Order: sequence, then C-alpha cells, then structure tokens
Amino acid sequence: MNASETHEKIKSQFPDGVVEFRSEGVIEPFIVVRPDLIREISKFISEDADLRFDYLMSLSGVDLNDGNLGVVYHLYSMQKRHRIVLKVKVAKDKPDVPSVESVWKSANWHEREAFDLFGLVFLDHPDLRRILLPDDWEGYPLRKDYKVQEYYRGMKVPY
Amino acid sequence: MAELRTEEMVLNMGPQHPSTHGVLRIELVVDGEVVVDAVPHIGYLHRCFEKHAEAMNYQQVVPYCDRMDYLSSMSNDFGYVLAVEKLLNIQVPERVEYIRVIMTELQRIASHLVAVGTYGMDIGAFTPFLYCFRDREMILDLFEMTCGARLLYNYMWPGGLSHDIPPGFVEKTKAFIKHFRPTIKELNNLLSYNEIFVKRTANVGVLPAEIGINYGASGPTLRGSGVKWDLRKDDPYSVYHKFDWDIAVGTGEMGTLGDCWDRYMVKVWEMEQSLRIIEQAIDNIPEGDVQSAIPKRIRPAAGEVYVRSETARGELGYYIISDGTQNPFRVKARAPSFVNLSLLPEISRGYLIADMIAIIGSVDIVLGDVDR
Repeated sequence: MNASETHEKIKSQFPDGVVEFRSEGVIEPFIVVRPDLIREISKFISEDADLRFDYLMSLSGVDLNDGNLGVVYHLYSMQKRHRIVLKVKVAKDKPDVPSVESVWKSANWHEREAFDLFGLVFLDHPDLRRILLPDDWEGYPLRKDYKVQEYYRGMKVPY
Repeated sequence: MAELRTEEMVLNMGPQHPSTHGVLRIELVVDGEVVVDAVPHIGYLHRCFEKHAEAMNYQQVVPYCDRMDYLSSMSNDFGYVLAVEKLLNIQVPERVEYIRVIMTELQRIASHLVAVGTYGMDIGAFTPFLYCFRDREMILDLFEMTCGARLLYNYMWPGGLSHDIPPGFVEKTKAFIKHFRPTIKELNNLLSYNEIFVKRTANVGVLPAEIGINYGASGPTLRGSGVKWDLRKDDPYSVYHKFDWDIAVGTGEMGTLGDCWDRYMVKVWEMEQSLRIIEQAIDNIPEGDVQSAIPKRIRPAAGEVYVRSETARGELGYYIISDGTQNPFRVKARAPSFVNLSLLPEISRGYLIADMIAIIGSVDIVLGDVDR
C-alpha cells in the first residue's frame, strides 16, 4: 500500500484525525495527525489487515522553532513491506502526547529519549524518566532555545 | 539460628564490569540466583551527537558518526552519507559504491570478530579471542593503508571517499579472504561447537520473533530468532543488489530458536557471507574518480529524509531535516544497539545471574552506539 492509500484508510476511520497529508514536493510522504488521537491511530494501523504497521523504525522529537514541538514516527510493516511517516505537533508550553508504548514496545526508550532531550511528555508512559542525561539535569538540550546550566553539582558546565 | 531471609534483592551489575562491554549498569532484581527483573541504566557515554550535529555543516558531522559505534565506523559513515546524498539528490560514481561496499563488509567482519571473540571470553574461553583479534588486525591494516586510520576513519564523505584504494589493496584483500575462510572453520571447532560453550548459550535468553519485532530489534539479534530480514536485501541500497549472497538466520540447532547460541552463530555465518560479497566486488571495481561527485558546498533544499542501512548490529537510521542552510536543522540517529538493548529485560527474566553474562554478550551492544 502506498502513502495515499494509507492516508485514505486513516481518514475513513478517523474523519477529523488527519491534519495534513503531503505527498508532493517531499522526499517521503507524511501524514500529520491530531496529537490526542495518535494512540488510537497507531493501534488502528498496527492491527488493520491491510496496513499492519508492526515495526516502529524510529521515533524522533523535533523542535520546530515556531513555539511548537513535533514527534515523528517512522513506521514500517514487516508483513506488507510498506512504510509511512506520521507526525504530530504540540505547543511547547503544553507538550503532551499520548504514549504509543502499548502498541510498539520499541517506543518505550525512544519516548524516554524524546522526553529527556526535548521535554515532550508522553501520557501513560509506564516509566517516563530521563534516559541519557543524569536524572537531575536541568532543561532539555535539543530545544532550540536551550541554555546550558552554569553549574552541575559544583562543576562548571560550559567549557 | 536466625531465620533465612528470602525476600528479593537488588544487585548492581556495572557500570564497571567486564561483561558489559563498556559502561553499562544493569539493576538486577534477583530472587536467590534467579533474575526477576533487569533494568538497564545507560547514558554514561552520552556525547550529545545530535546537538553537535546541529552546530556543524554536513561534512563535519562525518567524524562524529565514526565515534558512535566505534567498532563499525565505516558502516556508520555509510548510513550518514547515504542520507545526505539522498537529501541532495546526487549520484555517486559506481567505483565509489563498490569501494564503500567492500569497506563496509570488511568492517562487518572486523566488528563480528570482536563480538564473537569477546563473547567467548565472557563465557570463559580465552583463546578464540586471540585468534579473532589476530584476524581483525589484518582488516585494520587494510583500512590503515587506505586512509591512515585504524579505528575512526572519516573515510566516506558525502559524494565520494577521502582516498582512493592504494596499490596492493586488492591483492592484500584477496590474501585476507584466503587466510580467513579456513579460520572460520577453526573458530567453529574451537568455540561454536565446543560443548561447554553450547551448554552455556543454548536455551538461554530466548527471544521469540514477534516480541523482537515489537521491540524494534534488528540485525543479528532479530535474525537469530529466525526472521529473514536484512536491509541489504529487503530495502536494498548502494550496489548490494548486484551480489549473490544469503541472509544468515538462526535455526534453533542447539536448543530453542532465538537463544543466545543462535544470535552468536548468525554472526559467524554472516562473516562467511560478507566474504562472498567482497569476493564478487573486489574483482569488478569499475574505473573512475572517487572524488568527482563531492560537492564543494553542501546546502540541501529544505526537506527531510529517513535513511536506514544495515550495520553489524542492525538497522542504523538517520533522520535528517534540512532547513536550506549549511547546517542540518536536526539529525536523529536511530542506533541499533540502543533499540536492541531495550529488550534486555524481556529476555533475561527467569534466567540465572550467570546467564546474564551470556545474554548481554549475545545482544552485542556497543555503548558508544547506545548512548551516542
């Protein structure tokens, strides 16, 4: 199934779930969906007999640098051999996205990483802790407006 | 006599522990000798690769890719330059493609030799480790004569290579293949089918295929569970489609499908397959200039790509967003070790503490790749 067909399928199941679909002028087509529906949509496309997106290749946080954060899901189907990119966009001051850990276990660490580096909050995540940085680190380094802290436990940070 | 205490105990393994192959801490919850839960704690080697990448131009990112998975630097560079080339929409000369494939496959052998050798050492077999490092040395010599570096090469550049292959490279590579084929048999006699080794690794750390897929496992970790899945064949890139070779998968020969022995053995079989690819490529390298397609300045149009390639450890994906300037807007590296390690709790529960050593080694993580 190609991206347009996947888009049609999602749209017929969630009539107001799709925010944007881009297939022209981009290297890979993507579908922007409503953040509050991401878990339902993920569950649907992973279980639907024609789609079967069973493999989450990558989950990336992005700072869109316009007051919003994004989450990008690169998905693949081992059974059907097709792929799709899903995106959601949330405001930086309320970065809440439902976790898709219950659909793909690989999302567990990817979401922790996005929480760690971007401050994205994944709702209902079973274990949302920092993963790469120390637990008591301040701020989210991959945000574009990140300022590094002056001292960390008495050690000067900026070199 | 005081009553025997029977509650669960928390045991820290690492961060400094020989079997963790770097700085990894695993918080084990044990009931006597039995592992109830294993929680990996990572980040000790975090070097902010993604943050660094945003502050540099596209060419300058390559050396940082080297340093992620330091045992297979060539493969890391390969994935990155593929992504940048797709973003720029440029074709590289066929000669470059051939040399890249040869280097990556040599690197795969070198990396698997470390994995296999140190794995034997974890289990208690010291000699195979020395054999493996002796042979790996020959590959490092080949890299050294090509680009001067033995570990971190900065060899593949967007659009080309830093150096052409030097005179004598083809002959030396052939000599290596001739030497190495019999050594694999020797390794099998010494280690793979050694009874003690089999007893320690068979039926331990069993990973069922569907759980592996759900956890996003890839590379030998997933193939060990019998999934015939290799990006070089299933999502072909570069010139891999031109060569004739097979995907090695676990068979459950010694115990259960997807156990530690299967994951180990897939690596041994893969080395043979890599030899086959190199053999076919080395005699057919087309003529050409390896630097003719290197762009002077890299300034891709705004856009984004996700490109994945098969490293020694599995699927390495680069998600690069360009905003039209000379620095990438965002570079995300989807590291195979990071994802493979996340399933460790799943395959450790119910086994003994001593089995943990076998299980960690069989997943073959490189902490530089996990922490980036």
